Amino acid sequence: MTVLLAPETTADAATIIRDAASSGTKLRLAGGGTRLCPGADDEMPVLSVRALTGIVAYNPAEMVMTAKAGTPLAEVEAALEANGQMLPFEPMDHRPLLGTAGEPTIGGVFAANVSGPRRLVAGAARDSLLGVTFLNGVGEEVKAGGRVMKNVTGLDLVKLMAGSRGTLGLLSEVTFRVLPVPRAVETVVIAGLDDAHAAAAMATAMSLSVEVSGAAHLPFIVAGRFSLGAGHEGSATVLRIEGLPHSVPARAEKLVEALKSFGPVSRLGADESKVLWCEIRDALPYAANRDKALWRISVAPTAGHQLMGAMRLQAAADSFFDWQGGLIWLQMEASVEADFLRRAIGHLGGGHATLVRASSAQRYGVPAFEPPAPGVAALNARIVAKFDPSGVFVGGGNV
Amino acid sequence: MSGAIGFLEPRADVLARRKMIIDDLAELLPRDGLIAEPRRLVPYETDGFISYRRLPLAVALPRNTAEVAAVMKYCHRYGVPVVPRGAGTSLSGGAIPQEDAVVLCLSAMTRILELDYANRTATVEAGVTNLSISDAAGPAGYFYAPDPSSQLACTIGGNIGMNSGGAHCLKYGVTTNNLLGVKMVLVDGSVIDIGGKHLDSAGLDLLGLVCGSEGQLGIVTEATVRLIAKPEGARPVLFGFDTSEEAGACVADIIGSGIIPVAIEFMDKPAIEICEAFAHAGYPLDVGALLIVEVEGSDADMAAQLEAIVTIARRHGVKVVRESQSAMEAAAIWKGRKSAFGATGRIADYICMDGTVPLGQLPYVLKRTGEIVAHYGLRVANVFHAGDGNMHPLILYNANDPQDAANAEAAGMDILKLCVEAGGCLTGEHGVGIEKRDLMNHQYAKVDLDQQMAVRAAFDPGWLLNPSKVFPLEGRSNA
Repeated sequence: MTVLLAPETTADAATIIRDAASSGTKLRLAGGGTRLCPGADDEMPVLSVRALTGIVAYNPAEMVMTAKAGTPLAEVEAALEANGQMLPFEPMDHRPLLGTAGEPTIGGVFAANVSGPRRLVAGAARDSLLGVTFLNGVGEEVKAGGRVMKNVTGLDLVKLMAGSRGTLGLLSEVTFRVLPVPRAVETVVIAGLDDAHAAAAMATAMSLSVEVSGAAHLPFIVAGRFSLGAGHEGSATVLRIEGLPHSVPARAEKLVEALKSFGPVSRLGADESKVLWCEIRDALPYAANRDKALWRISVAPTAGHQLMGAMRLQAAADSFFDWQGGLIWLQMEASVEADFLRRAIGHLGGGHATLVRASSAQRYGVPAFEPPAPGVAALNARIVAKFDPSGVFVGGGNV
Repeated sequence: MSGAIGFLEPRADVLARRKMIIDDLAELLPRDGLIAEPRRLVPYETDGFISYRRLPLAVALPRNTAEVAAVMKYCHRYGVPVVPRGAGTSLSGGAIPQEDAVVLCLSAMTRILELDYANRTATVEAGVTNLSISDAAGPAGYFYAPDPSSQLACTIGGNIGMNSGGAHCLKYGVTTNNLLGVKMVLVDGSVIDIGGKHLDSAGLDLLGLVCGSEGQLGIVTEATVRLIAKPEGARPVLFGFDTSEEAGACVADIIGSGIIPVAIEFMDKPAIEICEAFAHAGYPLDVGALLIVEVEGSDADMAAQLEAIVTIARRHGVKVVRESQSAMEAAAIWKGRKSAFGATGRIADYICMDGTVPLGQLPYVLKRTGEIVAHYGLRVANVFHAGDGNMHPLILYNANDPQDAANAEAAGMDILKLCVEAGGCLTGEHGVGIEKRDLMNHQYAKVDLDQQMAVRAAFDPGWLLNPSKVFPLEGRSNA
């Protein structure tokens, strides 16, 4: 049974970390625990920020919020929505995919740099993060960054903490930039394209001055499990347009005009769009069979379809593409094929693959995260040692 | 200038081996790849922060990553400090060398390696200038977004070193938000690749750490940056107000209303007069403060955004609203703004501050800045990126008068402290360099700076890379 430590003050959290460091105990850091890989070393005590909660400061006119790391994401999003604002990077909810329960926290979102479809044009979680307070591996409370958008004062430890997945320190407070919610949204859908033509269509869309804010391709095998509206058949290449109410239809029209040579084009309205892009964000079709291994792959946008072409020759796989083809969700029917996959990524110009979900048998001998090149691995290890010299924090448990 | 900012003592052992080091480095570089004659070192003795000058031991001009690596490996082996340099446009002294240092100048590495429009990336050598990326990608309909005022001269390597911003980063972000990958030479001469054409990093975000590290962590030799499709149109509009406070309050209201223009630039009366005299941009001279607000998109889009912005400006008593009627007028409006520093330099010596403050604090900080400068008996011109609170007070003084110079420097320090006290930071885009190094303790607690220095030590434990910069000389550690 996992021991869960959820201190209510940063001072208590620091004491727990210092005690662990002096006694040689290890800790796994967590927020709400919704992104913890099930089965990943249940014996390890978990130090969670879930009891460090509350929005500390929010000035909508400055588009900046500060919150304790354990503040539920739902609370943050509700406060933003009440002021017509949002997190620009559309963080996904991992619970359906992983079958986890509990409340995602804002600290967890930044610790795992969780970003959704709008990441293609609006940046990742790390791009919105302006400042952090964290406890390092000796229990010191360290501040980095601030609450202004432009800040180059000293080394950018803020970016380093974003996505560090509990290997460098326990985030206790985060300050981040928010944006106004677009008042209108539409989706342009091209039906029936194969992966290669879809890649070409998405590249064309991104080359136009219509400000596409989401570009995904849902191949035939998976398209039926997305809400594409009655009557849709075959694969769907979907492009989202957001912004001012009068301008969205005009830009969608322009996009339709530019893309109609690729295949039959239709449009989805605001309500249907919102549902569809949530499904894409959460990779929802792959929540149905949690016994199947699931990869999340990041490559150059035009390399995505080439990689899947190579994978399908090797193994039975089901996949779809976000980020103009550069983000691939890949569900494996049987084996995980890690070596083949990672070699193919290397051959196609680089990127990385994360094994988001797998049984313990499938995980055996397969690193969940892409092993870095030796020079980078050594550098990473030196950096980790500068935050956590006695190795209190055990990473790798969060996707 | 009073010359109050100190440098590290040159390493005596390095100075003693000067001739050997020069001979050895010359072997590693092509003919003309090493400069050691004192007369030819003079152009490298300072950068855009011209009040401080030091002659380096030598200047290396490598042509490729392998030569950079060879120089680094040698300097690491013999404990020779290295100061990286792009075009030398730093406004904070980031590229000013010292007597025991080799300047590693990447200005000869100017190849654009690849323009990949389907993936919207450009891969370039570090010495490529900022503007030449947009020039190269322009015919295909793309541009590189960060646009520092020095973009004609400054290099992408320098932009990465300083995490440079510009007028248009309100919408598109600064360098770190537009950087996808780098090739970097570490202090021991080893070469690593970080990132690539894919969007998010694997493992620790080393790319985010390296961007803005001011040459403290390694030498970036190549970069992959994001290209963006050019907007259909862009239109700057001038808004004139009676007072700076009204203009400042208007900025906060525009942002708060949910409209994000591409740029909101601010000029106070002295800045308007200086820029208009230089650029003849058609700025109104009977106002106390000016905003340049740029919107972009289709004609209909721009019209809708402008209508909303004008409504807000009227609430703040705007006196003059002037839309650019042609591409030439738009260019003139931006020319006036982007030449602000150069134009100021024609009428007086000046030092330029770079603090950022929360938007709500703009009116207060502007008022206090005026009071601080007046207290020292000097004048100030304010011209800056208001949409993101990044202020650039230009403190005017006479460099030939030592007391005037000391007063200007003291006023600048007071203004930066004011920015920190208002909830902001010392530098929004110019970097710490030597200029703001000794103020770092005002922004950060010891534990915060120690953590930064510990991370630095993971890259360069011997303090060889740009060693007199960023961190106060007192209290340094190799933790």
